[in-house]
Amino acid sequence: MSRWRSWGRNWGLWLGAFIVGFTLFVAIFAPMVATQDPFAQDLSRRLVPPSWMEGGRPQHFLGTDGLGRDYFARLVYGARISMLIGIATVVTSGIIGIALGVVGGFFGGRIDDVILFTITARLSIPLILVALAVVSLVGSSLTVVVATLGLLLWDRFAVVARVATMQVRTLDYVAAAWSAGCSQPYIVMREILPNILSPLAVVATLEMALAILLEAALSFLGLGVPPPLPSWGLMIAEAKDYMFFNPWVIMVPGMSLFVLVFGINLLGDGLRDLLRTGRVA
Amino acid sequence: MLQFLARRLLVAVLVCLTVLTFAFALTRLAGDLAISIAGPNSTAEDIEVVRKAYGLDRPLVTQFFDWVSRAVVGDFGRSYFFREKVSTLIFDRLPITLTLGLVGLGIALSVALPLGVISALREGRPVDRIISLVALLGQAMPSFWLGLVLMITFGLHLGWLPISGTGTWQHFVMPGTVLAFSAIPALMRLTRAGMIDAMSADYIRTARAKGLSRTSIVLKHAARNAAMPVVSIAAVQLGFMLGGSIVIETVFALHGVGFLAWESISKNDFPTVQAVVLLLAIIYTLLTLGADLLNAVLDPRLRAA
Amino acid sequence: MSALLEVEDLEISFGALDAVRGASLEVRRGETHCLVGESGCGKSVTALAVMGLLPSNGARRAKRLAFDGKDILGLDEKGMSRLRGDRMAMIFQEPMTSLNPAYTVGSQMAEVLIRHRGASKRAALDRAAELLARVRITSPGMRLGQYPHQLSGGLRQRVMIAMALMCDPELLIADEPTTALDVTVQAQILRLLADLQKDLGLAILLITHDLGVVARTAHRVSVMYAGEVVESSPVDRLFHRPMHPYTRGLLSCVPVPGKIRRDQPLGSIPGMVPHVTRGFEGCAFRQRCPLTRPDCAGPIERRHPDPDRDYLCQIAPNEMAAP
Ligand SMILES: Nc1ncnc2c1ncn2[C@@H]1O[C@H](COP(=O)(O)OP(=O)(O)OP(=O)(O)O)[C@@H](O)[C@H]1O
Ligand SMILES: [Mg+2]
Repeated sequence: MSRWRSWGRNWGLWLGAFIVGFTLFVAIFAPMVATQDPFAQDLSRRLVPPSWMEGGRPQHFLGTDGLGRDYFARLVYGARISMLIGIATVVTSGIIGIALGVVGGFFGGRIDDVILFTITARLSIPLILVALAVVSLVGSSLTVVVATLGLLLWDRFAVVARVATMQVRTLDYVAAAWSAGCSQPYIVMREILPNILSPLAVVATLEMALAILLEAALSFLGLGVPPPLPSWGLMIAEAKDYMFFNPWVIMVPGMSLFVLVFGINLLGDGLRDLLRTGRVA
Repeated sequence: MLQFLARRLLVAVLVCLTVLTFAFALTRLAGDLAISIAGPNSTAEDIEVVRKAYGLDRPLVTQFFDWVSRAVVGDFGRSYFFREKVSTLIFDRLPITLTLGLVGLGIALSVALPLGVISALREGRPVDRIISLVALLGQAMPSFWLGLVLMITFGLHLGWLPISGTGTWQHFVMPGTVLAFSAIPALMRLTRAGMIDAMSADYIRTARAKGLSRTSIVLKHAARNAAMPVVSIAAVQLGFMLGGSIVIETVFALHGVGFLAWESISKNDFPTVQAVVLLLAIIYTLLTLGADLLNAVLDPRLRAA
Repeated sequence: MSALLEVEDLEISFGALDAVRGASLEVRRGETHCLVGESGCGKSVTALAVMGLLPSNGARRAKRLAFDGKDILGLDEKGMSRLRGDRMAMIFQEPMTSLNPAYTVGSQMAEVLIRHRGASKRAALDRAAELLARVRITSPGMRLGQYPHQLSGGLRQRVMIAMALMCDPELLIADEPTTALDVTVQAQILRLLADLQKDLGLAILLITHDLGVVARTAHRVSVMYAGEVVESSPVDRLFHRPMHPYTRGLLSCVPVPGKIRRDQPLGSIPGMVPHVTRGFEGCAFRQRCPLTRPDCAGPIERRHPDPDRDYLCQIAPNEMAAP
């Protein structure tokens, strides 16, 4: 009974964890999940609808795209790109943002002023536009997309880390470490960081969701992951020309993107509730 | 108050200068700008000609100060691609983007505010949970995809709205809705949190003890105090929406500043890109500044400080 | 004539916590009724329950809750809101936060009269200025245009009092109106309340920690302990001969009645108030009581030593030694 009730209250967390875990699994084991080659074109079998629809074929579970490539295989390999972008961006931007935020919150004063200004300036820069411009100038590749997003998406990490550090800094055990003569790096690494990790975990989910959506948008605009890589955003862009007659070509990658991002957000929301109540309800 | 204003203004100016530098540095990121402008199949002489023509052979510092001194008076040079002054290009297209942004903000506010208030008044009840879930769903929606889905549904199948272009107000309904989607979750959450805070405040108990009507308690006494963070976030969201219009305008073929930016990026038309980046940053900074001012009007404590 | 406010067997619970268990009290017209007791004994929630202002996690039951002879237990929020601010008003323990920071004093005061009497803004502001003067605020016209943050705590509490008087209420509930203020201001506010009571014939339910205030202002006193009214009496007889051991403890903490130290808090009796949850039996004071007996764990009898007086204890009046 109580287990059911606790599940009822935390269903979001579990559903989110399931969606993210499942996508991660598919991404890692893509070659085993999808038996077909996501790059192999077959112009004689273009725009085959999914197998349960009229005209579908059993060997193409989700049909084929405009170049006759197996849609299911592309979707599965696309999960790799989304997860890779999401995780790599969060790691990059997390390192930058947390470093800035902790330094600002820990030292305060002039240093903090400068960091606050940096955050303000960053927020005023139009995100998508700059990302597009950078990718266009440097040339599109997975690495460039990750680096660009990583260098742009650190603001929320910095804001949260800064405030959390300020709060933690005044706590007793940190004061005790000070008076015990511990070095500053020691205090930051051992006393501050572990204590601000939980709010940062929530930020990480938010940023991961945002990074995945942004990559899709960049790829959709033709300045993200280069073809023929099967990014979900790129798949939607390539399918755009056929969507009025074959709506499923944009529904398949679009829904996948939507569900994955929804799952990540659910996970983050669940984590936030968990941290607020301080226990698994 | 005056001191607060002066400080905010100083920060705003500094931010604009930073972005100015950033916008300049951005275009030098790729190394040799002349090669990018001349295109991939150009000869060494072509590149030299371009370098001379655009003044790229001067020292970087000279180029920078030249650009900045023109930029601060609104002269962004001529577009490499459109053969027109960049400022003219942008100001011709700004109305469309501003309309789109304001329509988006209007839709977002008219959805987010009531939902946030209802959510707060029914905190923890099923209605609140459902609204939170809807916000989460909205947040997960890829805007360009939503745009395409709406186009198929309302444009093609139902035929209610035009699919692309800018002729009438109907043209702004779908793009405005899509743009609003991205702002609704944040606006709604903040409205909800602000209202929950306000409704549990002592002055609300006083208002009830005075026998005021429910409407007056919620809409006058609580909402006024919950409004301040909402005003700030609304300004920020409008800024983000204008920035996000690049995707929406491309999807719906609205020829606003976003579309211009996308075109100039794909055509390596750097003066225009720089100018749009700067313009959006300035608009964003002005919006947050305006929000601070509005908050000062809303909160007598700030006004006096 | 029946009392203005009648409360019989009021019970208030927050989840499993029984904050008030069968409290009864009566406030008659034109008299000051003091409600005293240690922190957490349920004074504030009793007052809030009367006003129908309990927080949403609190539940209220009662045998009878009547205002001016009419039942208000069955009134819905709308019906209550017609009484509140008009015929019954309340001022709170927290003057610093009880006014809305976003509106001027004048607009917050005026809206009471506008709401209940349909007065014009002009007339309401005139009345507000008149009342500000009445609560001895200087230059009331200027104060009307000020915001709460521009006023000191004492001034804010005066504004709260003036606001409560906008519609000439018959009952004023004042929940520790002076605890948050400094000592000199406390005395001024209490004197003000006493004067208003005399001049306007108000009935006041005054919640306080301060026995000095009780001695000087009350006509009647109800002593609360752990959610129960353990003794209720006219003020002179209570000070002259307290019956309940808890009341005696309270008074013995005070040097001499009549020459009472004003800042003396209640509750300097050794021991802790027990947490009263559902199914609690017997006298809640028995662990701290010097006269405790085995039958204190059973049901307790309410005794009437003389008319107009009652207390809740196993020990009969004649067994009770003089203090
Ligand atoms: N909103 C609430 N939720 C849960 N419990 C509450 C709530 N409000 C009051 N209580 C509980 O009800 C009991 C009585 O509280 P109340 O505020 O009436 O005390 P009080 O006599 O006014 O004390 P004080 O002198 O400190 O003001 C306390 O045990 C308190 O913890
Ligand atoms: Mg109290």
